[in-house]
Amino acid sequence: MNSATLRRHLSQMVTLGLSLSLLSACNGNQTQTDPDASGPGTVTILGVVVGEQQDRLAAALAPFEAETGITVIYEGTDAFATLLPVRVESGDAPDIAMFPQPGLMADFADAGQLVPVDAALDPEDLAAAYSQDWLDLATIDDELYGVWLRASVKSLVWYNPQEFEAAGYSIPTTWDQMIALSDQIVADGNTPWCLGMESGDATGWVGTDWVEDIMLRTAGPEVYDQWITNDIPFDSEPVRNAFERFGEIVLNPDYISGGTVGAISTPFGDSIRGLFTDPPRCYLHRQANFIASFLPETVVPGETVAVFPLPGINPEFGTPVLVAGDVFAMFNDTPEARALMAYLATPEPHEIWASLGGFISPHEAVGLEVYPDQVTRQQAEILADAEIVRFDASDMMPGVVGTGTFWSGIVDYVGGQDLDRVLANIEDSWPN
Amino acid sequence: MQDTANLIRLLTAIAAIVLGSGGIIALFYGANWLVNGLPYGLRSRVLPWVYMTPALAVLAAFLILPTIRTLIISFMDRRSEAFVGLDNYIFAVTNSAMLIAFRNNLLWLVLVTSISVSLGLVIAVLVDRVPYEPLAKALIFLPMAISFVGASVIWRFVYAYQPPGFEQIGLLNAIVVALGFEPVGWLVNRTVNNFALIVIMIWLQTGFAMVLLSSAVKGIPQDVIEAARIDGANEFQIFWRITIPMINSTIVVVSTTIIVLVLKVFDIVFVMTGGNLDTDVIASRMIKEMFNFRNFGRGSAIAVILLLAVIPVMVANIRRFQQQEVNR
Repeated sequence: MNSATLRRHLSQMVTLGLSLSLLSACNGNQTQTDPDASGPGTVTILGVVVGEQQDRLAAALAPFEAETGITVIYEGTDAFATLLPVRVESGDAPDIAMFPQPGLMADFADAGQLVPVDAALDPEDLAAAYSQDWLDLATIDDELYGVWLRASVKSLVWYNPQEFEAAGYSIPTTWDQMIALSDQIVADGNTPWCLGMESGDATGWVGTDWVEDIMLRTAGPEVYDQWITNDIPFDSEPVRNAFERFGEIVLNPDYISGGTVGAISTPFGDSIRGLFTDPPRCYLHRQANFIASFLPETVVPGETVAVFPLPGINPEFGTPVLVAGDVFAMFNDTPEARALMAYLATPEPHEIWASLGGFISPHEAVGLEVYPDQVTRQQAEILADAEIVRFDASDMMPGVVGTGTFWSGIVDYVGGQDLDRVLANIEDSWPN
Repeated sequence: MQDTANLIRLLTAIAAIVLGSGGIIALFYGANWLVNGLPYGLRSRVLPWVYMTPALAVLAAFLILPTIRTLIISFMDRRSEAFVGLDNYIFAVTNSAMLIAFRNNLLWLVLVTSISVSLGLVIAVLVDRVPYEPLAKALIFLPMAISFVGASVIWRFVYAYQPPGFEQIGLLNAIVVALGFEPVGWLVNRTVNNFALIVIMIWLQTGFAMVLLSSAVKGIPQDVIEAARIDGANEFQIFWRITIPMINSTIVVVSTTIIVLVLKVFDIVFVMTGGNLDTDVIASRMIKEMFNFRNFGRGSAIAVILLLAVIPVMVANIRRFQQQEVNR
């Protein structure tokens, strides 16, 4: 082939590639219900909920639409954190955004782009509807900006009651008992824990959840809050302690099915399946309530799967609960948006979504009886009874740490890197 | 409901393609018609520009302007609000994660380019002599048709790890275990994970190198080779002294194309390891800084560094083309 034809071929390939990428760029990664109807009588929401859960959200909002005649246009995207800033900066903000992290919401509140919620709601109603912890999480500079809808409870240990009974194990109520149980399982010739941290470009969050849970249990909520704001450095003693305690479990090859290599390479959603194999690969699995959607179909909640709260360590702090959740905040102060915010703070949408499953409500007035099965009810109970509730720290930290060096750092730690280096690396990356 | 939505999407896509290409054709016809109205002497000078203007406009809008903007942003802070001088570049060349990314990129460049070009060349020469050549070439070329993400998904299965004692679902570990060894965490073990990723790119690009080199090999005049044979050259001498010098320019073109591709690679790393455990490359670092950490300054600075790395390759390539034009 001479160079002229070669060049022609190359340029054809380039043109084809360009046009393909342009086409795919127009296609985006979002599901849109109705893009261009946002006139009067409508309210637009941008959120992270897609798929099956999106239908449930729609069901939860249906009574609002029926009562008020306002049309809710919900747009779900898995690129929320990228899309929302672009939309806001280009003057195309949704009326209401459903933030998966309060940290991102705080950025917009600081920039003065959000409308405080007291425009729409009586603060006293809100104080009655949510506990102070949840209200604090949605408060920026003494102004309340958000209404919580969905909560995730993270401090849960999943187990298989039938296997527990067969082996004669009992549920641990303290950390030491849990470690003793792990040792007993090892002594019986089995593996206590399933732990999978693989999650694509978010690999590591399972490990950071562990460390956060341990931080809350050893250092307490105040130190935990200082940790989030970097008022104590990332390589300080309490953080090192939490990493080391996590290391006692994850770095012990007898404790983890597949050892450290298994922990890093097992997808987080596959990990829990080890509880249900015959013979079981493991007996314990610490993971948030949303892992329920990854359970094999043969599993019966209450019979072959159940949860207990991750035990406390320092008795002073009891059994704290680590949570995550979705908070709604208003960009455009329209009457429709106000009405929707007010509706979201009533028990109705919470109860509807809860009855459909896969959902735990942070709302005080939502009774336990609305949850469809025993296991979900128990999770809601753990959340309701918790005296100390703290939000996932990595979601609250600056993105470069919370979704960057903390995630990759925990993978490095499990992968065998020296703890001093891991912690120093994370501390260095903290933005000034 | 979902079906109609999909149908509408499909129709929109078709309409976009028809209107887009039709519009371009109409544009060129219209411009041509206008130019034809000009006096003859002027016409021949104006016509090339008329045909080039749309391409130049698109280039300016989608390549030159963004490049200038990226350059400016790379000297500004994370939210592009204040100038910070060279801070972002200092970060890019001192940060430990960035240094690892540079090291990995160098590894990728050297290994992918050398192995896929030499493998492609060897296959091209050998396949020239087998009876079922098209089949062999098609098989080797096949991976080229798979996207990087698709290939990465396939290779995730090849590298899949299960703890010892359980059934291995990954091809490579199944072989390793069948030979009596412990399974290996190919993507976790720091000594092998970068090579495990590089192999994927080689698998993808060898076919590309082979196809271009094969047609170059076929372009060598038979009489030259026959003359060499008559002079007593053996096959190795023909390969080193005739084949390689005669297809040298194609080798360079293939190499530079692969070098540019490797500099851009990010999908494989993103899908396979997410850049964890020291597998990041420059481009994946750029995506992380830009979109995950939303630090526009650092992301842009890394993009500029990547651009600077590509420029010498492009300049060399263009020089070579010009040289050949002169020689012709």
